[in-house]
Amino acid sequence: MSLSTSSQIAKHKTQSINRFFASHPRLGLGTLLSGPILWLLVVYVGSLALLVVSAFFGLDEFTGKATTNLTIGNIEEVISESAYRLLVLRSIGIAGAATVICFMLALPVGFYISKLAKPWAKRGLVVAILLPLWAGYLVKAFALRAVFEPGSEFGDGGFLKNTIGWSPGFGYLSVIITLAYLWFPYMFLPIYSGFERLPESLIDASSDLGAGSIRTFFSVMMPMLVPSIAAGSIFTFSLSLGDYITVKIVGGKSQMIGNIIERTLLAPNQPLAAAFTLWPITIMVAYLFVMARLGAFKNL
Amino acid sequence: MTSKAKPSSTIAISLREVRKTFGEVVAVDSVDLDVFNGEFLTLLGPSGSGKTTVLRMVAGFEALTSGSILLDGEDVTGVPAFERDVNTVFQDYALFPHMTVLENIEYGLKVKGVARDERRNRATKILEVVQLIGFADRKPNQLSGGQRQRVALARALVNQPKVLLLDEPLGALDLKLREEMQVELKSIQQRVGITFVYVTHDQSEALSMSDRVVVFNAGKIEQIGTPQEIYEHPATSFVASFVGITNLFSGDRAQQIIGRSGTFTLRPEHVQISFDSSQTGLSATISSIQYLGAESRVHCTTKDNLKVIATVANEHLSRVVLGQLATLVWKPDAVFEVS
Ligand SMILES: Nc1ncnc2c1ncn2[C@@H]1O[C@H](COP(=O)(O)OP(=O)(O)OP(=O)(O)O)[C@@H](O)[C@H]1O
Ligand SMILES: [Mg+2]
Repeated sequence: MSLSTSSQIAKHKTQSINRFFASHPRLGLGTLLSGPILWLLVVYVGSLALLVVSAFFGLDEFTGKATTNLTIGNIEEVISESAYRLLVLRSIGIAGAATVICFMLALPVGFYISKLAKPWAKRGLVVAILLPLWAGYLVKAFALRAVFEPGSEFGDGGFLKNTIGWSPGFGYLSVIITLAYLWFPYMFLPIYSGFERLPESLIDASSDLGAGSIRTFFSVMMPMLVPSIAAGSIFTFSLSLGDYITVKIVGGKSQMIGNIIERTLLAPNQPLAAAFTLWPITIMVAYLFVMARLGAFKNL
Repeated sequence: MTSKAKPSSTIAISLREVRKTFGEVVAVDSVDLDVFNGEFLTLLGPSGSGKTTVLRMVAGFEALTSGSILLDGEDVTGVPAFERDVNTVFQDYALFPHMTVLENIEYGLKVKGVARDERRNRATKILEVVQLIGFADRKPNQLSGGQRQRVALARALVNQPKVLLLDEPLGALDLKLREEMQVELKSIQQRVGITFVYVTHDQSEALSMSDRVVVFNAGKIEQIGTPQEIYEHPATSFVASFVGITNLFSGDRAQQIIGRSGTFTLRPEHVQISFDSSQTGLSATISSIQYLGAESRVHCTTKDNLKVIATVANEHLSRVVLGQLATLVWKPDAVFEVS
């Protein structure tokens, strides 16, 4: 008897909680999302804000520790120094080149898998392309190092040197190829799903109106894929722009923004490193802005 | 099958022994059909009967399993869609979303290399025909369903094809708009004089718009004829029951009611309900009454559980009472034998 009443009371309690949230839906949603929102604010926005603020900190020359003497000297330095500007431009060039390569490969491959491959082959091909994502980043970078190894009087060359007798060696070309290889799935996936989303009837309609397949590809498919391409390029561009490990593994003496940031951080000059990070942040904000105009976020 | 060729008319499309299978599924089976120049021909049939497949084969989107298709007397069986002088209005309209109405309409002309001025000219003229002047610069997603439908029509018509194929072009519209567009489509067809091959599963649409109707069932043609022939002289029991509603008698029932063996059809509007007990006819009780607005459909059941439907004008409805015993009467020539 007493058992049943206590369970009844418990039931009554949950009922009234349910009712409370049902009549205050915003409060319910707020409770549900408060955890993730707090996480985003503290960990994500908070750390980013701290980074920007610390770019204005001074440096204690003796301890190498940041001081709260505010200065714009760091910012001035990373903007005015021409060697740094060259480095930034080169990084943009490398990220841009990797993005273009990914795009040039993903477009025909995505088209083939989505529109031409047999249904049973489709899934296998998509999985095969996405599979490398599950292998570690370092594993893949070192694998390519073994491919590009130019060899010297002290050691044998890598795979390319041994098979075709030529290798790009360690430098910018290898960095670009490696980055394109690493981030290709991120370009492929949105382009492939863009092709998948493309209604078959639009392609029929274009051919019905007299357009051959090449015309249809450029007049109907490509314009409709722009948002997908933009979305994919955000991944490949930002991941490439921020990279510094690939450069170390296959880049030889090459440098990107990330390497300078790392070097300054270890110098140690945390405020100057923070000032350097403003470069990729600014570039990415501008890039995202342009891509948003192209509709990159339309299909989210 | 009654297929009356007008002696003077020339043939726009010929289908010869056309067959199409998708794996195990036979979508279209040995279809023979001639479409005359300038006519409004409708392919009518239930869902999955192969209408779309026939249309797609004529347009060139689908390869034939066997048989051949002739356009204007020329075999086009292996010719790709973009080289055929036919245009299609798709069920989902298939307007290019990144182009404006004008760009959509000019697309076909542009592809064929028609000069800019002439393109603009023809597009403007066709916009007038479909009453979309002033919408030229809108994108498809800024249009209503009916307006999109008209853009799709204009985009096809502007190419002045020999044949226009329309796959349930009004399927997505509400009833009122659909009826308006039916009238409009028909009048546009008569004005431009292009052959229309029109697909629908709506029998009233088929009857009201077409010069001839082709009734499909399970990939085969059941009957070809004018709307009147199809409705009044259905060749098969399938046609009789699919086009309009009807009473079908077969087997023992036919023997008992008509006095002959076979399958017979009797339209409900030919059945009269009499409460005069001296009348000779089929006696049955009124089992339910369906009010349809302009008239009512009365369902009657005989004592050995045969159901007969009669149409009653609403002014006579007050005399019809549920559960009442009545005598059903019809003229002998209202009964048709079907196969
Ligand atoms: N691409 C395809 N692959 C396999 N089967 C198909 C394909 N297209 C059509 N079919 C089959 O062929 C038959 C005829 O299809 P079709 O689309 O021509 O019918 P329909 O008469 O247009 O029907 P609805 O009125 O529903 O549009 C159906 O059984 C359908 O399942
Ligand atoms: Mg169909």
